[in-house]
Amino acid sequence: MKIGVPKEIFEGEARVAMTPDSAGQLQKLGYDCLIETGAGAAAGFEDAAYEAAGVTVVKTAAALFKDADVIAKVRAPSETEVKRLDSSKTLISMFNPAGNSDLLDLSKAKGANVIAMDMVPRISRAQKMDALSSMANIAGYRAVIEAGNNFGRFFTGQITAAGKVPPAKVLVVGAGVAGLAAIGTATSLGAITYAFDVRPEVAEQVESMGAEFVYLDFKEEQQDGAATGGYASVSSPEFREAQLAKFRELAPEMDIVITTALIPNREAPELWTEDMVGAMKRGSVIVDLAAEKGGNCKQTVADQKIVTENGVTIIGYTDFPSRMAAQASTLYATNIRHMMADLTPEKNGVVNHNMEDDVIRGATVTHQGEITFPPPPPKVKAIAAQKPKEKAPELTAEQKRAAEVAAFKKETKTQVTLLAVGAILLLGVGLVAPASFMQHFIVFVLSVFIGFQVIWNVAHSLHTPLMAVTNAISSIIILGALMQIGSGSWLVVVLAALSVFMAGINIFGGFLVTRRMLAMFQKS
Amino acid sequence: MDFGFTTAAYVVAAVLFILSLGGLSGQESAKRAVWYGIAGMALAVVATLFGPGAGLWLLSLILIAGGGLIGWYVAKKVEMTEMPQLVAAMHSLVGLAAVFVGYNAHIVMNNVAGMDAHSLENLGTFPALVAHKTGVELAILKVELFLGIFIGAVTFTGSVVAFGKLAGKLTSKAQKLPGGHMLNAGSAVISVLCLIWYCNTGAVLPLIIMTLFALFIGYHLIMGIGGADMPVVVSMLNSYSGWAAAAIGFSLSNDLLIVVGALVGSSGAILSYIMCKAMNRSFVSVILGGFGGTTGPAMEIEGEQVAIDVDGVASALNEADSIIIVPGYGMAVAQAQQAVSEMTRKLRAKGKNVRFAIHPVAGRLPGHMNVLLAEAKVPYDIVMEMDEINEDFPDTDVVIVIGSNDIVNPAAQEDPNSPIAGMPVLEVWKAKQVFVSKRGQGTGYSGIENPLFYKENTRMFYGDAKESLNALLPKID
Repeated sequence: MKIGVPKEIFEGEARVAMTPDSAGQLQKLGYDCLIETGAGAAAGFEDAAYEAAGVTVVKTAAALFKDADVIAKVRAPSETEVKRLDSSKTLISMFNPAGNSDLLDLSKAKGANVIAMDMVPRISRAQKMDALSSMANIAGYRAVIEAGNNFGRFFTGQITAAGKVPPAKVLVVGAGVAGLAAIGTATSLGAITYAFDVRPEVAEQVESMGAEFVYLDFKEEQQDGAATGGYASVSSPEFREAQLAKFRELAPEMDIVITTALIPNREAPELWTEDMVGAMKRGSVIVDLAAEKGGNCKQTVADQKIVTENGVTIIGYTDFPSRMAAQASTLYATNIRHMMADLTPEKNGVVNHNMEDDVIRGATVTHQGEITFPPPPPKVKAIAAQKPKEKAPELTAEQKRAAEVAAFKKETKTQVTLLAVGAILLLGVGLVAPASFMQHFIVFVLSVFIGFQVIWNVAHSLHTPLMAVTNAISSIIILGALMQIGSGSWLVVVLAALSVFMAGINIFGGFLVTRRMLAMFQKS
Repeated sequence: MDFGFTTAAYVVAAVLFILSLGGLSGQESAKRAVWYGIAGMALAVVATLFGPGAGLWLLSLILIAGGGLIGWYVAKKVEMTEMPQLVAAMHSLVGLAAVFVGYNAHIVMNNVAGMDAHSLENLGTFPALVAHKTGVELAILKVELFLGIFIGAVTFTGSVVAFGKLAGKLTSKAQKLPGGHMLNAGSAVISVLCLIWYCNTGAVLPLIIMTLFALFIGYHLIMGIGGADMPVVVSMLNSYSGWAAAAIGFSLSNDLLIVVGALVGSSGAILSYIMCKAMNRSFVSVILGGFGGTTGPAMEIEGEQVAIDVDGVASALNEADSIIIVPGYGMAVAQAQQAVSEMTRKLRAKGKNVRFAIHPVAGRLPGHMNVLLAEAKVPYDIVMEMDEINEDFPDTDVVIVIGSNDIVNPAAQEDPNSPIAGMPVLEVWKAKQVFVSKRGQGTGYSGIENPLFYKENTRMFYGDAKESLNALLPKID
């Protein structure tokens, strides 16, 4: 089969859906490649380069449409182009099926199979053919470059012999693919970058790119981005207010604002109001990547650069990818090539339009004379739903009190039991033992009691010194030996002398080693 | 000086001893507290020397000075890693002294019994005291000194064995003679029989037989306890030496001995209790040696131990903001505390949050790790107890486990069949990354597999802890 790529007829469009490189890859899949003469010229690919890659150059678009079985394009087709299709042909291009029902009906009438590159579902497997992401990536990069082009200062802060230059402050609203690309570009140029998104879960991604996430002081539960295929959804009026208030606070500080907030199939939300533009410094730049859908700033004029009364430049270009046609064509052509690879699992140059495949099914908008848009939800969820955070069940005040009372009662009970048992034992001893013994016994019991009270307070880290010091003072046994040493027989004297000697070692050894240890403990 | 003065001195000494132990509640007050202890001891000795009844005080002084010299020398020379065996050795001295004093009491008692009224008048205080006792009191005296000798003898051999094990002179494995605990129980029964015999006759023979059996019990009991349970053993022996002193105090009617003996005894008992609780085992099961029965096969461990080299550890440390170091007995064995301290200093100089997590039974002595780290000049305010730091592991970038095993074993929480199930452990595996410095593969003392080593976020840093850390030091910048 033959893949043909016509010249883009949309005015100003410089991209092309096939590059000499991608043509080589397509040929490996078994396809013959055709290209309309001059199709790649605007993107820097000459006809000669295509011919060198084995691509047949066709003189006219009409001839190409007639000859090719698969037609790959960048922009959505015009009416004329659709009319050239028939039931044997497959068209692969951006299509915007939701906003292009006339074209959709026409394609259906023609019986052509149409694969919309902007309908590729956002699942991991399909990332290689996700043209929206690859184009958004370029748009985000280019937005910063355009801003820099219109911004009269450095991005990075510098201290030079000629004076100090403060770093530029960049705010990126909307941290989708374009937003993240813009953040990456702005931070690598040296700007202080802030980013905002209605989906708090992207904060981590934002921070990983080197920007600071602007958090709102807002409690409302945000819808998980995973439920909407990774896209933002409409937020509540209260949330919007909190968001705008935050922007108003930031506006005077920001040198460059890049807005990328788009909600699928809706007009772009207004996020940068007129008073914020008014609050910005003279010379600041706003790049509105949502200009095509009406703009996040209402003063934006699509496809134009305007300067407001207070000297703020607002850029509303809608053709950022086209402005970097060589790069954009390379990426787009690769997306197309991956799509073709999925359509040609046998690598035999024959399209196998497998409607069971999630990706192909999702991207196909008309198939064999039927409109297949909108597609059913993909079987694989785009992004794993975030696990709800586990919350320890908060005890109510009453439960806490009840638990405390119960613990107190239990403690009291054990203490009373222990005391009772102890008292009975003591009384029992007292019944049989003589008074002289009881005197010592009382001393003993009280000492044990004091010991228990005191030792519980000893710090864990001082347990070794505690052992050493108790060891030292347990050589109090020396008193016994001293009392006996002077009394009577030689055997007693010898034994007592030995005891005194050993206890002496212990006293000095124990106390000195304790002191040595304690002296080592130092505070930082 | 008369008896009243001595008693007054004893009261002051007792108060000083209590203050001395109480002062150990904080690092700063502890430095003052040890002086209270020294003052108390000096007062007690001086009051006894010059008090009524003591003779041969010159000899006594010389002996104390001689012993003191040895004690001073030992205390200066000892390495901090050798603390456990030093403490054990000193306990044995107290135990032996208690045995001797007990025998002396017996001899004096027999002598007094054979004297007439005239010679009684010329006796010192202690024999005089004995002489004035009634029949019942004498019987109690016999029980007291019997107990004193028994506990002292058990303490003596037990401490000697513990010393041998801690110093590596005996195998640290739990070893029992054939017959096991029946031998201990039999010896205890014989000792009780000897007590009855002794009370009835007052002869020296049952005393000697009992002493031999008590020495055997001390030996056999501690031989049957493994190296990792030594913290409990040492604190238990500490407790015994206290009770021995108290028992002797009873037989000598000396209140200061009783007070101090009781203080030391209860202190050791509490320490033993704390250690047992930290291992989630009952005191009895520790003393009887070995681990309690398990209820089923241990959980299968999946995965493999992944090794890492010095560069890997260094780069992780350089990137980390918060680091927790978990030292164990392996650090003491490898003498790695200086290297650890140096690493801590370097990491802290870079503004990283470095802390230490100490498990109550880490090492071979209660508080062993604290002392080692203090010796290496690690500030004590970054050395945390298990309860203080366990909640912080999930927010920690890197945990370095140096020579510890069971105290970081997740099986204690995850595997109900594990021998250490329910033991409180340091939850290091919740950190983002764990490095385990270990000499090689294989299980620790307890022979329990450690699933930590197989976790995805764990990397094994094989090699001698000191050498590994010294290789690591220049790479931290």
